[in-house]
Amino acid sequence: MMKTRKSDIFLVVLAVGMYLVIHLLLHSYFSFRNNGSQISERRSLVEKYGLSDLCLFTDSQYSRNPALTDLSAPFQDHPVSLEHFPSGMLMPPVGRRTYDLD
Amino acid sequence: MIWIEKQRNIIDLALSSLLRKSGKNLALVIIYTAIVFILASVVFFISSLKREAALVLEASPEIVVQKLVAGRQALAPESYIDAMRGLRGTANVRGRLWGHYFDSTVGANYTIMACDDDAQLAAGTITIGRGMARTLSLKKGDSMKFDAYDGTSVDFKVGEILPYRSELVASDLILLRSDGFRRIFGMEEGSYSDVTLQVANRKEMATVAGKIKKLLPDSRPILRDEVLRTYEAIFDWRGGLLIVILCGAVLAFIIFAWDKASGLSFEERREICILKAVGWDTSEVMAMKLWEGAVISLLSFIFGIIGAYLHVFYTSYFLFGPVLKGWSVLYPSYQLIPAVDPYQLAALFFLTVVPYTAATLIPLWGAASIDPDEGMRL
Repeated sequence: MMKTRKSDIFLVVLAVGMYLVIHLLLHSYFSFRNNGSQISERRSLVEKYGLSDLCLFTDSQYSRNPALTDLSAPFQDHPVSLEHFPSGMLMPPVGRRTYDLD
Repeated sequence: MIWIEKQRNIIDLALSSLLRKSGKNLALVIIYTAIVFILASVVFFISSLKREAALVLEASPEIVVQKLVAGRQALAPESYIDAMRGLRGTANVRGRLWGHYFDSTVGANYTIMACDDDAQLAAGTITIGRGMARTLSLKKGDSMKFDAYDGTSVDFKVGEILPYRSELVASDLILLRSDGFRRIFGMEEGSYSDVTLQVANRKEMATVAGKIKKLLPDSRPILRDEVLRTYEAIFDWRGGLLIVILCGAVLAFIIFAWDKASGLSFEERREICILKAVGWDTSEVMAMKLWEGAVISLLSFIFGIIGAYLHVFYTSYFLFGPVLKGWSVLYPSYQLIPAVDPYQLAALFFLTVVPYTAATLIPLWGAASIDPDEGMRL
């Protein structure tokens, strides 16, 4: 009986692994296509109630509503205060939103 | 065919060499897999959130106008709405009533919003987000007390609980009628938290915002594009979530690759010299060592990617939970839709496999080109 070579086992494992990685890519692609209803459900809720932010963090007001927050809110206690809430560490300060009127 | 057979023989020998030091190499594969796993989990998580943010917030109001007093947001008066209704190109100008409510009994912050258009929302009832229902163990028909601005308590009945799928946008949301909102916060009729409006021609959003700013100099119009850009910045690879979580993993990988690049062990050097002494040439030795590196890095890459995919999309990214939770009492739990593409996999491959291969090749080149006799005498 022919003995299985180590290289054969490795190549089989590699082929199975690559197949699984390609399968993940296809799974991701089809999940998005098949979950259109989930996205549209969230969109319709945003549209219906006029929501402007995602609910990612709920510990501070300025990380709950980063898009609408007062620019000075994270520094309300002191202009160079250290970040108080842990979620502030995960979120960069929101840039200036003023635009040129001319 | 001969080339393939030769490579298979080299792989056989490379695998035998790896198995001789199985403990060390297994540890290497575990560490390497863990690094790929963390990097890939962050990339998958962020890209999925980024895509959802872009798609979902596309439906958010086109312009939100806030009133500013002394640099802080203040309540917008009815006259603001009338002024904006008079502007050409604006439509659906509406005052919005919303804010945050801190529940001192559980220490959680809720987002509270008035909505008079919802027919299901009767007076004295509220619709709550799934996260809130979970945190407070509330169900349909239960009552909830709010501390009003004047120290009195206001009771509301839970009329609806928003579906689980809405958690990404409304986990902590409380919806009620405007009279209830004004009762809790003591806001007078004719004052609003901010004003939202639509622009008939989407290309004119900036122009309309400019007109609003000119008409109401103490206002701050926020365009939908700016909201989307804020989320782009949060999920951007240069800052925010990604950089914080990536820092540790990248640092670990640099130390790991540096250790590898700093030189081969005495046994590895002797092995190379013996191979050369029995007739192998430098390119064959290099090929064998390359295969050794490829076996470790390819297997680690594949295991890491598969593990990360399962972690983010099937186990609700439980490892990131404590980081994302921070001090939140009410923590949204949402199922993300996978957003993995070949570009991300290629980027991860070049971030992990290529540096490792380069780190192993550099010292190998030096060792493979020394004289075997000289090498074995060392």
